Amino acid sequence: MPPSTSSDLTLSVNGEKYTLTVDHRTTLLDALRERLDLTGTKKGCDQGQCGACTVLVDGRRVVSCLQLAVAAEGREVTTIEGVAVGERLHPVQQAFLDLDGFQCGYCTPGQICSAIAVIEEHAAGWPSAATGDVRPEAGSPPLSPEEIRERMSGNLCRCGAYVSIVQAVARAAEEKGAVA
Amino acid sequence: MREFGYQRALDVSGAVALLDADPEARFLGGGTNLVDLMKTGVERPARLVDVRELPLNRIEATEDGGLRIGATVTNSDLAAHPEVRRRYPALAQAVLAGASGQLRNMATVGGNLLQRTRCGYFADITSACNKRSPGTGCPAIEGQHHNHAILGASDHCVATHPSDMGVALTALDARVSYETADGPGEIPLADFYLPVGQTPHLETALPPGALITGVTLPPVPVAADSRYRKVRERASYAFAIGSIAAALDVRDGVVHDVRLAFGAVASRPWRAGTAESVLTGAPADAETFAAAAEVELAAARPLPHNGYKVTLMRNLAVAVLSELAEEATR
Ligand SMILES: Cc1cc2nc3c(=O)[nH]c(=O)nc-3n(C[C@H](O)[C@H](O)[C@H](O)COP(=O)(O)OP(=O)(O)OC[C@H]3O[C@@H](n4cnc5c(N)ncnc54)[C@H](O)[C@@H]3O)c2cc1C
Ligand code: SF4
Ligand code: FES
Ligand code: FES
Repeated sequence: MPPSTSSDLTLSVNGEKYTLTVDHRTTLLDALRERLDLTGTKKGCDQGQCGACTVLVDGRRVVSCLQLAVAAEGREVTTIEGVAVGERLHPVQQAFLDLDGFQCGYCTPGQICSAIAVIEEHAAGWPSAATGDVRPEAGSPPLSPEEIRERMSGNLCRCGAYVSIVQAVARAAEEKGAVA
Repeated sequence: MREFGYQRALDVSGAVALLDADPEARFLGGGTNLVDLMKTGVERPARLVDVRELPLNRIEATEDGGLRIGATVTNSDLAAHPEVRRRYPALAQAVLAGASGQLRNMATVGGNLLQRTRCGYFADITSACNKRSPGTGCPAIEGQHHNHAILGASDHCVATHPSDMGVALTALDARVSYETADGPGEIPLADFYLPVGQTPHLETALPPGALITGVTLPPVPVAADSRYRKVRERASYAFAIGSIAAALDVRDGVVHDVRLAFGAVASRPWRAGTAESVLTGAPADAETFAAAAEVELAAARPLPHNGYKVTLMRNLAVAVLSELAEEATR
């Protein structure tokens, strides 16, 4: 018997539950944009190469264009629409505004979701390809511009706003350090 | 994209039974390669069996002092694991050199080993390609092949295997374990990828429908001083044009133990066994390192546009081994 090619599922996005029927071919990106009207998440390449579609799934950044919606059931999805607390912007959003971390803004939702995760990953002690010595004894390196560039390299910016993006991520990371 | 069924497997036997029952079913890991290839029509499964909820997401010590890595461990968790970073730093570095933070959070160990080549003709279903459509020819040989194989290729296919992780695992003598409807099995990674020959579409020694359950690393003391270096066309977030995983133990100026594997040069991660034999017991100096690399690369058959890889790999081997040798004297 051929398998059913669609499913009824409940997606949990930004703390809200949405029940919908999806064709299994639907990516999380298309479900968010076309079905849930959450158009903050952008489609760039649709091939995992640009990072414009970055969202958090169970707190971890992923590219939603390669994530099937049906495979995201039971996980908590956070999009750019869900990172602020009420009227108070997330510190990463505020830093992007204050330091002009964008030009056209198309890549920005993905950049911000990615940066939020980068700061968490660094705080959890994850090394990166820019980390000289990955051994745990070497300790976690400071989140230098070089570390930020490497960790953010999955997010391309056609406008080339990289210089201020790196500054914005650095400032948000510093604030987080100051709070901790 | 072809329509497909979707099921989540919750236990290994259930996952294997689902694949056994439907020859057109495929396992879904992070989907970072499979979903991409389904969009372009290269892959057309009738059913996906999601393996992400299987209890295969742990990294555990083995009795002999090695490490067993579950097949659904994400690339991120693998690279962040303290024991991996401490005892097999080249493996952590190789994983971190691959893809992006987002993709590493999705990608699994099993999926990484089975990712397909990045040859542009393979990805373009309007093009001929022996790997995708056996017998149609290999346009890369006369066409675009600046990032294709220099070692172990054939007249039928000159594609490379794109995994960074696999290069480090190959240098570290990893073994792949799997489960089928007929029971479990294990294959050394060295024998996991089949020779290209006339059958580039047959890529691995896994039996049909096999579920990769994990990868086992033996204890490799020399791996404590190991390194992965990747050369690419931009500073980050690109596939390798050449890479190397190396581990070196130098005692009194002589190579006591060495592991060496090359990436992006062949249809599989390339264990440089010939170079290792030349190095073992020889003086740990740049001259020996160059000679060893040259012996390994003597088998290279470069195409008109990828001859640079021979020089690149030689220089990469000398540079990384020299660094490791110098650090050993500190
Ligand atoms: C933009 C981009 C850049 C990239 N850059 C790099 C890079 O620089 N270096 C690098 O190494 N990789 C790179 N990758 C590739 C990436 O590492 C792989 O796509 C990923 O590791 C595949 O893992 P997955 O879990 O997502 O596999 P999937 O896409 O889910 O599956 C891949 C294959 O493995 C099979 N499979 C999955 N799990 C199992 C299992 N347990 N048992 C049996 N079969 C299984 C699937 O059926 C499928 O055939 C890049 C990918 C993208 C999209
Ligand atoms: S190199 Fe291999 S994958 Fe590329 S076109 Fe030739 S046969 Fe196909
Ligand atoms: S749209 Fe997903 S990575 Fe480009
Ligand atoms: S601000 Fe325009 S693409 Fe980044």
